[in-house]
Amino acid sequence: MPRWIQVVIFVLIIGLIALFAFGLRARGEPQIASGPAPDFTLTSFEGQKIRLSELRGKVVVINFWASWCEPCRDEAAFLEQAWRQYKDRGVVFIGVNYVDSETSARAYLKEFGITYFNGPDIGSEIYQRFRAKGVPETYFIGKDGNVYGNAIGPITRTSTSMTERAFLQKLEELLAR
Amino acid sequence: MWTRLVIVLITLVTLTTSPVHAQTPTLDDQVNRIAKTLYCPVCPNTPLDVCNTQACADWRNDIKRMLLEGKSEQEIRDYFVARYGFQVLGAPPAEGFNWLAYLLPVLGLILGVVVAWFSVRAWLTHRASPTPVDAATLPREYVERLEKELKEW
Repeated sequence: MPRWIQVVIFVLIIGLIALFAFGLRARGEPQIASGPAPDFTLTSFEGQKIRLSELRGKVVVINFWASWCEPCRDEAAFLEQAWRQYKDRGVVFIGVNYVDSETSARAYLKEFGITYFNGPDIGSEIYQRFRAKGVPETYFIGKDGNVYGNAIGPITRTSTSMTERAFLQKLEELLAR
Repeated sequence: MWTRLVIVLITLVTLTTSPVHAQTPTLDDQVNRIAKTLYCPVCPNTPLDVCNTQACADWRNDIKRMLLEGKSEQEIRDYFVARYGFQVLGAPPAEGFNWLAYLLPVLGLILGVVVAWFSVRAWLTHRASPTPVDAATLPREYVERLEKELKEW
């Protein structure tokens, strides 16, 4: 076999292995838990826009959810209650609706009486920027725009990912920071 | 006797054959036809028409609603791609980096044929003309043993 064909085959195989490794690495990276929060603009179901970078000086809670997600239902009422408790203290809640039917998402918001900002994540862009792996996931952004931890899974009284009490403590910590 | 038998047979065939109607696609057929070409973004590799999750049921309802609103199949597919990303399609669109997915199998096939061709050619050449062995280059003990065995044989 001519030398050049051997070289081409070798280069192609190495290229494919590199591509495969790159893909695996990107997929294996954990959810963002620290460092600067990736910026995004979200349009609500009502057509209003919100941009994360414009919320500097406020504590931001970003919650990824979907109407078809059962564990999301376990935390929905609590999140709304917490939002009402903290909205006048400089805390902003943003609900990011992940791959969902708009009709079902609206019905879900109505069912749980959710009033904080919520919008569909078109093309799952925000989900990918936070390297989220499922729903529900909640990210905490400090006043300086950095991520200060996350809760992977529902936030309930007895949750193993983050309890309601730990969630409220987290907000107090971020407000005091 | 034969006439009666033929009449009975004709009657039986007529009774057991169902009439043929012109088929017009129902709304559900249209929904399924579109759903078959879209994939559930939540459970990978599952087409929307056979997926049993609540999410897929919601999306099938969305397709139905959009069809009732008068949207075309292409408009519905475009809506799903814009909203949920290209993962909802069975294959990535042939543009940019995605071209690799279409080119690599063809390239692999061409290279495979080239490698096979060179291998077969080398094998045939080798079989047709075995390399002659110069006895002078062999160790003396092998030559002596070979000659001895040939004589005995």
